[in-house]
Amino acid sequence: MTDKSKEKSTEEWKPKIIAFLCNWCSYAGADLAGVSRIQYPPNIRVVRVPCTGRINPFFIIKSLAYGWDGILVSGCHPGDCHYISGNYIARRRFAILRDLMTFLGIEPERLNFTWVSAAEGERFAKIVRKTVENVKSVGPNKIFNKKW
Amino acid sequence: MVINIIDDIEKSIRETAKKLLEEKKVDLIIGYTKGSIPLRSGPCFITDASQTGMLVWNQSCDLNLAKYLAKNDDRKIGIISKGCVGRAIVHLIVEKQLNKENITIIGISCEGVLNRAKIMVEIGDKEIIEANIEDNKIIIKGKDFNKTLPLQDYINQLCITCHYKIPPISDIIIGNKKPEKPPKDDFKDLNEIESKSSNDKMEYFKKELNRCIRCYACREACPMCYCSLCFIDQNKPVWFGKTADISDNFIFHMIRAFHVAGRCVSCGACSSVCPMGIDLNFITRKLEKIVKERFDFESGINLEAPPPMGTHKFDDKQEFMIEED
Repeated sequence: MTDKSKEKSTEEWKPKIIAFLCNWCSYAGADLAGVSRIQYPPNIRVVRVPCTGRINPFFIIKSLAYGWDGILVSGCHPGDCHYISGNYIARRRFAILRDLMTFLGIEPERLNFTWVSAAEGERFAKIVRKTVENVKSVGPNKIFNKKW
Repeated sequence: MVINIIDDIEKSIRETAKKLLEEKKVDLIIGYTKGSIPLRSGPCFITDASQTGMLVWNQSCDLNLAKYLAKNDDRKIGIISKGCVGRAIVHLIVEKQLNKENITIIGISCEGVLNRAKIMVEIGDKEIIEANIEDNKIIIKGKDFNKTLPLQDYINQLCITCHYKIPPISDIIIGNKKPEKPPKDDFKDLNEIESKSSNDKMEYFKKELNRCIRCYACREACPMCYCSLCFIDQNKPVWFGKTADISDNFIFHMIRAFHVAGRCVSCGACSSVCPMGIDLNFITRKLEKIVKERFDFESGINLEAPPPMGTHKFDDKQEFMIEED
């Protein structure tokens, strides 16, 4: 048992990040990064959503409760939303949620929000690198002690 | 003398209610009545003009009566409204939950309500048998103790900074029509927590919320919690746990607060009904600050302004965006 935990601690900790990407821009951006063979850290797991406006704050809170170390939400640039205003609504929601979580003591570095268009594969890779860096700076998620 | 003003208000509330019922202008009066235990008040629903003597008005009237207005109620309702009840009604009208034509707002100028939790901390576990408020003093009689507390020290913090002592819209106003406004609210009370580190903040809130027994009194008292199915009661899917475990409590209170973002009218009903004396206002007050700073919005003031979560602007602040570098 002790040997095992020792072994674990010497291993470098890899953050697990859940990424909510909008179908029309950021998901295509991630796809472009893939087909262009741009290297980026393999720490993210992608959830494709129709629009950032689809992201219920519950998704974010529940991800943290389940032990994900960080969140990345990415949508279309302002004015580019396929559904006209979904990203603006998501931006307001996220702004309030992030401020509230920061107030309650959840590190804001875990909550990342950005815009990536379908043509920005390079930007997507950079954003992922930045997100991983942010999440690494605050360490593993130990906010909620209950394991479901 | 504060006490006389309060007595006068109580008298004119009864008269006004009686008049409205007799003239058949309203079918129902919603007001405050004496509670079953000292320093408490409860809601009362009066349809008969002879019963208006039940109505009371004092510093223990801390519930938000807007909670009792239902969406599909066709009756003409007269409601005794202090400032925050009026704000809640305005916001519910904005959210299309109420029909303005059916409601007669009897506005009262409110000088603040008691913070019962603070009194209980002062008294401890002892039982209060009788309590009176006289000459700016709270006189408490217990089983084998007597205590006199200065009234102004036990007024709810929210009431001290409150800018809306009378409802923003009203049909009748009882009491001081132009109450003094306190200086600009700068949310100073939040500074102490905001300056702490993430870990300390988390420890503080975990300690507070650990006391929660998940009775949902805060939800039941909140005029803005009108969903027919609350997220926490939902079974398909089960979003979050219902146990009184600290992580479940933390999540519940975080989401409940998030759901009243830009809607909270700072009436303080949630903390005044909390049986464990948790200061829930602290979280909703922070939300009030966020919404004020980000979207320059205060809930329940203006019938025309759209709620901030139902609208958007091209140039909303987005300083939190991560950028490549």
